[in-house]
Amino acid sequence: MSIATMSIADGDPGAYDTLILGIGNILWADEGFGIRTIETLHERYTFPDNVRVMDGGTQGIFLLPWVRNAKRLLIFDAVDFGLAPATLKVIRDDEVPRFMGAKKVSMHQTGFQEVLASADLAGDLPLQMVLIGVQPELLDDYGGSLRHSVKTKIDPAIERGLAILNEWNVSWELRGDSLPREEHIGPTALDIQDYENERPSTGGEPV
Amino acid sequence: MASVTTPNGFALDDSGQRVVVDPVCRIEGHLRIEVNLDENNVIRNAVSTGSMWRGLEVILQGRDPRDAWAFTERICGVCTGVHALQSVRAVEDALDIQIPTNANHIRNLMMLAQYAQDHIVHFYHLHALDWVDVVSALSADPKATSELQQAISPWPNSSPGYFSTVQNKLKRFVESGQLGIFANAYWGSPAYKLPPEANLLATTHYLEALDFQKEIVKIHTIFGGRNPHPNWVVGGMPCSINVDEVGSSGVVNMVWLNMVKDIIEQTIAFTDQVYLPDLKAIASFYKDWGYGGGLSSKNVMAYGEFPAYANNHTNDSLMMPQGAILDGDLNNVHDVDVRDPAQIQEFVAHSWYQYADENVGLHPFEGVTEPKFELGPNLVGTKTNIENIDEGGKYSWLKAPRWRGHAMEVGPLARYLVGYARGRPDIKEPVDKLLSDLGLPITALFSTLGRTAARGLEASWAAHKMRDVYAELMANLKAGDLTTANMEKFDPSTWEADVKGVGFGEAPRGALGHWVHIKDTKIENYQCIVPTTWNASPRDPAGNIGAYEAALLGTPMADAEQPLEILRTIHSFDPCVACATHVMSHDGRELSEIKVR
Repeated sequence: MSIATMSIADGDPGAYDTLILGIGNILWADEGFGIRTIETLHERYTFPDNVRVMDGGTQGIFLLPWVRNAKRLLIFDAVDFGLAPATLKVIRDDEVPRFMGAKKVSMHQTGFQEVLASADLAGDLPLQMVLIGVQPELLDDYGGSLRHSVKTKIDPAIERGLAILNEWNVSWELRGDSLPREEHIGPTALDIQDYENERPSTGGEPV
Repeated sequence: MASVTTPNGFALDDSGQRVVVDPVCRIEGHLRIEVNLDENNVIRNAVSTGSMWRGLEVILQGRDPRDAWAFTERICGVCTGVHALQSVRAVEDALDIQIPTNANHIRNLMMLAQYAQDHIVHFYHLHALDWVDVVSALSADPKATSELQQAISPWPNSSPGYFSTVQNKLKRFVESGQLGIFANAYWGSPAYKLPPEANLLATTHYLEALDFQKEIVKIHTIFGGRNPHPNWVVGGMPCSINVDEVGSSGVVNMVWLNMVKDIIEQTIAFTDQVYLPDLKAIASFYKDWGYGGGLSSKNVMAYGEFPAYANNHTNDSLMMPQGAILDGDLNNVHDVDVRDPAQIQEFVAHSWYQYADENVGLHPFEGVTEPKFELGPNLVGTKTNIENIDEGGKYSWLKAPRWRGHAMEVGPLARYLVGYARGRPDIKEPVDKLLSDLGLPITALFSTLGRTAARGLEASWAAHKMRDVYAELMANLKAGDLTTANMEKFDPSTWEADVKGVGFGEAPRGALGHWVHIKDTKIENYQCIVPTTWNASPRDPAGNIGAYEAALLGTPMADAEQPLEILRTIHSFDPCVACATHVMSHDGRELSEIKVR
């Protein structure tokens, strides 16, 4: 979000009750799935004021204040389910913490499991939680982007996410106009197009 | 090896029982520690292995230097802002860009907020459980806990009923069998010394600190425009600002500035009335646990931080001064020049990288990041299942940085020793007062608890400095200067063809530097040396051990199966190796082969 679109509510974690959170590291290929999904979601849809769409990165414990404030939490992430690459899976409520830590794809999930445990201890675990995860195809490609197979799961993941929001009676609307670049969730430098095209040593290789 | 003395004066003996802690829990990133114990369970050899590869440098080559901050924000889950700041500083230095006064104040405010937040989270959520027995808190008397609280602080949450409520909440949590965050501890260990009431007090504040986090993150959102990844810009800060009571959307105005002021006052209250009294109360029960000093009584270093005057990074301007102390000589503080190739060098003889000649170190401007994973001949186990690592060979994904050839400790204790030796009253007086309150000599600082105490004092220092910086920012704004960025040289067509720059300062964890070489408007080379690389450093070619390894030596363990003492000392450094990014394999094993493009 750019400064231009920010309202005072953004400075106040108390001003929303539904958090749509992408987590992961865009620098590690398919680990960026959660972030790229919420970026796309934000580009295409608008939500009422009680909904926050957030790029959580790998912030771990520092996401706690945001998670504690949410009554409903929708997470997008890359998760090792032990399934075929690029398989999508939806996990609900009590199952969410277990899947966030059972088989760790990366460090950020250890951190996020602690966030949920701390929220629980503080008596502020979200009442409803859904994790929409994708089975990564490739992780150990530092500086790489999503593999094709995983990238094609962004749209289906968003469809499932919107269906969850419907269940929660959270409304959403298609954006009329395309979103100006400076209002994208991430900084321009990390937009997926630039990120892929300006990779120094791809040598024109398709990602 | 059996028994040797290192050039930096530590006796090592690897003949006794080998104990492995992997991973070290409650830290950011992945770290492995191996020690050898003698027949009395005293640590006689220590080996620190950063088990995650970091290669940010490689993926930045060829990119636009004005974008580097956004990438560096992603290398760490904790230090987002501190990397971004050093990155924009490095590029500004290379291009000779002067930032406006407002931008300097805002950057200082954001970093000071980061200090307070990081230190509070570290003390209560990552380190306290090394000293505080949560299970013991269940048997505390709430009335006696209330009396203890009222004796040490005017903090209002102090009634017997309040502590009783918290205790019941804790009981339900523990009885549910889901210890969660409290699972990886050693409850009931004889190494815990606090009475139940002090345990309940500290655990209660663990919960209050969780609440307080909600407030302090707002400062970054307000000035950075986003949280948890604030916006930065080469040339200043990307926020528009005015002192109008109401204003257009997207401009930081008086409504927000007043919110910042409130949060600053709350931060001062929390650090002075909760954090520092708790620290003192806990320390008073552990005064005889004086282990963990390591390098701190010998070699410490700070790059300095918080320039009072924009674009002036000398000690005349730095609110937290720079300097290096060698051999514990507090009367002779050396100046540190991060540009000098003779001062800062990184070695890789024991790191999983390769140089053409591994006996020499490279200054970051000439730095090379070329991975080479190989294990020493005395490895126990296999490449994918390491039982005991061979520290005689390569054994860490961290390089070994050295200052004039010396292994240095960095971090809050290093900063406080440099500030103390430089005679800064805002640093020296609180240190002297804490020591006299506890009845301890200055040498008590050279310890695990000294590190923890310096961090607490610094959290309070940072909170009070926020108040000062806020006042200066307001004065400058009210005088009519609303400029937050200098965009004169933002356009690459104004740049020289071949320039180098360095951004340096102090992350909450210690000295942090980013070195950039810009050629034909693109990044030719980029190197970071992060605080944990200094502290968790492996051995260098001469055999000098790093700060973690040194700090563990001589510590007796109550029970080799419960490495509580190792956790205490390693946690006291606030390790963060998340920037040493590497994913694990699907089963949690580290990957030994990495694709780099």
